[in-house]
Amino acid sequence: MTFFAVEDLGVSFGGIRAVDGVSFEVEAGQVFTIIGPNGAGKTTIFNLISRIYDPTDGRLVFRDEDITRVAPHEIARRGIARTFQNIELFEHASVLQNLLLGRHAHARPRLLEEILFLPAVRARERAHREAAEKVIDFLELQAYRDSLVVNLPYGVRKVVEMGRALCTEPALLLLDEPSSGLSVEETEDMAFWIQDIRSLLGISVLMVEHDMSLVGAVSDRVLALNYGRVLACGTSREVQEHPDVVKAYLGG
Amino acid sequence: MRFAFKTTYDHDLGLFRDPVQRRWYAGLLAAVLLLPLGLPDYVSDISMVFIYGLCGLSLMVLAGYTGLVSLGHAAFLGIGAYAHVYFVQDLGLPWVVAVALAAALSAASGVLVGLPALRMTGVYLTIATLAFALIIQEAFSRWEHVTHGLKGRPVDKPVIFGVSFASDAAFYFLCLAILIAGLWLTANILRAPTGRAWVAIRDSEIAAQSMGVHLARYKTTAFAYSAALMGAAGALFAHKIGFLAPDIFSVLLSIQFLLMVVVGGLGSLHGALYGAVFVAMLPVLISEVRDHAPQWAGHLSGLLGKDAGAAVYLTVERFVKQPGLEPGIFGLILVLFILFEPLGIYGRWRKIQLLFSTFPLYKRATFRRQKTYMRSERLR
Repeated sequence: MTFFAVEDLGVSFGGIRAVDGVSFEVEAGQVFTIIGPNGAGKTTIFNLISRIYDPTDGRLVFRDEDITRVAPHEIARRGIARTFQNIELFEHASVLQNLLLGRHAHARPRLLEEILFLPAVRARERAHREAAEKVIDFLELQAYRDSLVVNLPYGVRKVVEMGRALCTEPALLLLDEPSSGLSVEETEDMAFWIQDIRSLLGISVLMVEHDMSLVGAVSDRVLALNYGRVLACGTSREVQEHPDVVKAYLGG
Repeated sequence: MRFAFKTTYDHDLGLFRDPVQRRWYAGLLAAVLLLPLGLPDYVSDISMVFIYGLCGLSLMVLAGYTGLVSLGHAAFLGIGAYAHVYFVQDLGLPWVVAVALAAALSAASGVLVGLPALRMTGVYLTIATLAFALIIQEAFSRWEHVTHGLKGRPVDKPVIFGVSFASDAAFYFLCLAILIAGLWLTANILRAPTGRAWVAIRDSEIAAQSMGVHLARYKTTAFAYSAALMGAAGALFAHKIGFLAPDIFSVLLSIQFLLMVVVGGLGSLHGALYGAVFVAMLPVLISEVRDHAPQWAGHLSGLLGKDAGAAVYLTVERFVKQPGLEPGIFGLILVLFILFEPLGIYGRWRKIQLLFSTFPLYKRATFRRQKTYMRSERLR
C-alpha cells in the first residue's frame, strides 16, 4: 500500500518551471523533510499537495487514491492537514475558535439544525470541543485558550497553527517551515512536538525546513530540491554530504 | 474585575457569558418592553430602530462576519417588501406565510447574487452587488403588475391571525418580537460550525479552504441567510412606511446600511444594533435640534443683551434650516468614526467597559494592533 506518493510532479507558471518532475514517497509513520535554497519550489509542492495550485503534470497518491484532481476543501477531509509559512490563522477569533475550525473537516453542514441550535448541534459542539481540548493539552495552550490570535506573540501563533492542523485529526501533517521566526528554545520545543506527533499520535509528517539541526534531529528521510528538481534523497547525513547539495548551497 | 468560572463546555456554548450578563439582558428586555409607556411620542421612531436592527444584523452577517461587503442590500429589502405586500394584498395569503415566503424569495435572490460573486473578491464583489441593486430597482419600476411601478402602492396595516397591529404600540411589539427572533437565530448560527466557517473565510480564505471549508457553499449560505433576514425586515419596513415606491430602495439606502454596520462596529451583533439606533435616531435628533436650537441659542445669548440674542437666533436658524444638513452630519460622523474609532460604537463601549473593570490599570495600548503584512493572500 502506498501511504503518500508524489509521482513525476510538475507545474509551470508561464515560462517558469517551478516544480519539475519531482517524485518521492512518504511512508506511514515517517518524518519526511524537504530542504533547498530559496525559490527551490518547496512551498509550491505544498501548495500543489493542498490543491491550491493545479499541477501541470504528474500525480499525487494518498492511501492508494489519486488525489491530483480532488477539490481543495476535500483534502482535509481525506486526512491531510497543513500549516503555512507565514501563519494563516483567523486573527480576529480566539485560539479556541481557531482550533474548533480545525474540526470543520468533521462537521457536516446542517443549516436548519444550526439556526435553531438543536440539542444535536450542542452534542456535536461538545464533541468537537473535547477533541480541541485534547490538542490544547497536548500543545500546552491552556493559557491562551480565550485570547484573540492578534494579541499573541509569533511563537505561540506558530504552535496554535500546528494545533489547528492537528484538530483535523490528519494522517499526514504538512508543516511549512515550523521553526521560522522561533527562538532557539521554541525550536527545541518544536522538535519534541514533531517527534511526539509522530510517535504518540501516529501522524506522519511532511515538512519544509531550513534549520538543519531540527532537520537532523527529527527527520527519517530528507529530500533536497533546487530549481524545482530533486538533487538528492536519503538520510539527513547522506543528503547534507551529497556533492550536488553542497554545491547548491555554497556554490562552486 | 469579574471572573467567569467555567466548569463545563456548555459555559462556552451558552448565549450569555454568565448569569450576570443574562440579568443585564433581561433588564434591557424589560426596559424595552416598558418603553412605550415612558416615551409614547417616540414609539414609532423606535420601531424603525428595530427594523433597521434587522437590516443591520443582515449586513453584519455578510460584511462583518463573512467579510463580503455588499452595496446592494436595499434591493433585498425591496424584494422582501414588495413580495410581502403582493402576497398579502393581491394573493390574500396569511401574514405569517407571506413574511416567510418573502424571506425565502429574498434568500433565493441572495443565492442568485452569491453564485457569480464566488469568483469575485473585495471591491469587485461590492460593485457586482451595486449593479444587482440598480437592476432590481429598475425592475421595481417596470413590473407594474406586482409593484404598481412609479405610481407606488399603498400598504395596509398588518393583521395577523385576525388581530390588527394598526396602532403604533402594537406594531412596536411586533417589530421587537421579530428582531429578537432574528437575533436569536443569528446568534445560534454564529456559535455553530457555519458561523465559524464564515469568520474563517473573512480572516483567511486560503486557510479556511485547507481546513475543509467549502468556500462556495459557505459564501452562498451567508448571502442567502443575510438576504432572508433583509427580506423579513422588508415586510416590516413596508408596513412601517405604508407606501412602496421604487425610489425608496435606492443605493443611498444601501449605503446607509453599510454606514450602520461600520459605525456600530464590524464583527459584532451589538454593533449592528448600535448602528441601527444611530442611523434611525440621528434624523430624529437632528430634527429636534433643528426645531429648538435657534431658541436655545437665542435665549442663551440673550443674556448678553437683546440685540445679540436676536442676531444669534437668526444666524442659528438660517444655519439649521440649510438643506443638506442631515447628510452632511451623517458624512461627518462617518469620517470621524473611521478616523478615531474604526471599531465603531461597540469598540468604544468595550473600551469603556474595560476601563471600569480594570481601573486603575487600564492602558490604551490594549487595543492597539500591530499591522501584519505577511499574508499569503497574494497566492490568489
